[in-house]
Amino acid sequence: MTLADIKRGEKGIITDVSSIHIPLKLLEMGCLPGNSVELVQVAPFADPMYLNINGSHLAIRKETAIHILIEISNG
Amino acid sequence: MGKQINVALIGNPNTGKTSVFNALTGLNQKVGNYPGITVEKKEGICKLPRGVKAHIIDLPGTYSLNASSLDENVVIELLLNKKDKDFPDVAVVVSDVENLKRNLLLFTQIKDLQIPTILVINMADRMAYKGISLDIPYLEQQLETKIALISTRKNQGISALKDLIANFKELSVKPCLNASEIDTEYFDNLKKAFPNQLLYKLWLVITQDVNFGKTDRNEIDAVADFKTKSKADLKRLQQKETIKRYQFINDTLKKGQTIDLSTAKDLRIKLDRIVTHKVWGYLIFGIILLTIFQAIYDWSSVPMDFIDSTFASFSEWTKNVMPEGAFTNLIAEGIIPGLGGIVIFIPQIAFLFLFISVLEESGYMSRVVFLMDRIMRRFGLSGKSVVPLISGTACAIPAIMATRNIESWKERLITILVTPFTTCSARLPVYLIIIALVIPEGRVLGLSYQALTLMLLYLIGFGAAVGSAYILNKVLKIKSKTFFVVEMPNYKLPLFKNVALTVIEKTKSFVFGAGKIILAISIVLWFLASYGPGDNFNNAETIITEQYASQNISQEDLQQEIASYKLEHSFIGITGRAIEPLIRPLGYDWKIGIAIVSSFAAREVFVGTLATIYSVGSDEEETIKNRMAGEVNPILGGPLFNFASGISLLLFYAFAMQCMSTLAIVKRETNSWKWPTLQLVIMSSFAYIVALIAFQLLK
Repeated sequence: MTLADIKRGEKGIITDVSSIHIPLKLLEMGCLPGNSVELVQVAPFADPMYLNINGSHLAIRKETAIHILIEISNG
Repeated sequence: MGKQINVALIGNPNTGKTSVFNALTGLNQKVGNYPGITVEKKEGICKLPRGVKAHIIDLPGTYSLNASSLDENVVIELLLNKKDKDFPDVAVVVSDVENLKRNLLLFTQIKDLQIPTILVINMADRMAYKGISLDIPYLEQQLETKIALISTRKNQGISALKDLIANFKELSVKPCLNASEIDTEYFDNLKKAFPNQLLYKLWLVITQDVNFGKTDRNEIDAVADFKTKSKADLKRLQQKETIKRYQFINDTLKKGQTIDLSTAKDLRIKLDRIVTHKVWGYLIFGIILLTIFQAIYDWSSVPMDFIDSTFASFSEWTKNVMPEGAFTNLIAEGIIPGLGGIVIFIPQIAFLFLFISVLEESGYMSRVVFLMDRIMRRFGLSGKSVVPLISGTACAIPAIMATRNIESWKERLITILVTPFTTCSARLPVYLIIIALVIPEGRVLGLSYQALTLMLLYLIGFGAAVGSAYILNKVLKIKSKTFFVVEMPNYKLPLFKNVALTVIEKTKSFVFGAGKIILAISIVLWFLASYGPGDNFNNAETIITEQYASQNISQEDLQQEIASYKLEHSFIGITGRAIEPLIRPLGYDWKIGIAIVSSFAAREVFVGTLATIYSVGSDEEETIKNRMAGEVNPILGGPLFNFASGISLLLFYAFAMQCMSTLAIVKRETNSWKWPTLQLVIMSSFAYIVALIAFQLLK
């Protein structure tokens, strides 16, 4: 599943990122395979998404989130 | 005097880098621009033990040395150029104890440049609260550095940092990891080709996405051609590099940092569940905005009235004390009212910047970006456009510069084009005085009508910005990749020192920047209003005295008639009346016309201009407001500033593009005259039409 499908309160582990579609800046902020991710809050229409990635609190749009693959670690 | 040590402060955004800068330099700082570009350059002097001084530069915040914006590029340009006079003897990397992992990425890159580096771990006072403990000696050894654990909030550790800076020669310049392992073959070839160059420096030059700077890099320019790899390959390598650095950082922190989650508290998440909530979030944002406008209006009215009357009596006093003559008149009627027209707005501008800097310092602004992104995207803007649009309420110039972190060029261009619609502080003086004249006092639900009108004007400005963005989004055919990353920093109680310094700095630049223009225009206007060509002006006294000879008129009224006859036939009166046909349909007389024309230098000139025009020839001690209230419409009769003409003026100022400095900055940021010209023509003609309709409907 992709990061766009994560539900609020769920935690996951990033398994892969598509480096062509993901800006380097996001990788530098910790969005890398193996790191944990949690959905903190969503704006109306579930976009953008407010995430806690590896301790970094950041917001990204859904269109970016679909290029990040994750595995749910606990529901 | 000892030798100065060059120090560069580097760090991620939101690490409190500026607080460290303020703690080190205090008031010994100045803000300028990097030559040729509009990136803010903050530098200051810090006194170290034993009479040594440090020259400190606060570099723009960046997440890494891979620049993706003009601001970030400044950091790299400086660190790559040993010949730069500001090239640091020592780099101070500021990190936030809660985000150490991410902050260390930049640190390891700077270490690879072999510059002596100190690691500052800021916000140490929050360690216990967050359940964090650090093994400093271990970290110092692994990271090949000295660590200063400080808290700018509690004012702890600053002197230890100063000692470290003073003893920078003892710092190690060894890199803490070997980044070239990501592709040994490639880096070996690179080394062979350029044996005299630092490997990591070469790599940075090769992968640089942005090269706006003009730094003299001849010695390594040749490597730019050494791109034996495709762009996609380079990007993949950069990703590998980032992963490698994180591996090192994770390994280091595994031993050097322990986080006891049972004692950790996370106020941010709890607060954000409410502050960024679908309903509560917007409600809170609305209440904050409403409070700001009410406060700007209510709190500043007392000091403003005081300043207004002080300048009026000062002008009167000057006239009485100094010998009569042209020079006295220039001071009493030209310079003092002109100065008054600047000083009077200090309270409001200070309050406005106070609120904006509190919103930014506290971390709330990022939440607004999050809340507004989806809505703004409908109009072709980004959530990040909210920051320029809100800071546009202070001034469009820094606001347009703040668009730089919008990643998509189309979203950024649209933001630049529509930002001048937001109500900047220069419009405020015009609004305030006209509102005071034409909107009745009184309150509804505890809010004054006048404050509500002001709020409405801000909303109109914002609406115009968003509406035109919608049109531009449909009209402009620009393809650009969009992406959006916003950090949600921890909530912080704003530091009084930081807020105070911002308010002082911004207010000063308003007073001296705009003040110079206003003062110059006041003096020119006074001359134009005090002298005139031909017999009508020179013989005004005889003409009027003859005209009124048969009527029984008091000496005082006669003087008044002479003065206004003189003004009408002065240079300014002639010019004003020439343009009067154009503005009469909007409900203005030629005096307002002159004020509007001079407003194109800067909007706030409006009030100063009217102050100068009205004070020429008037003997009484009067405030600007009372003089304006007393003006009579020459054609329609009744007060010149009535509801219809007042609303028409307010709308004209809301939409017209009347600021040369903004046009200049738009030219610089878009690198073309096309966009500022379009702004000037379209906004100003729209303003004319709206003001025309408003006056004709209301009169």
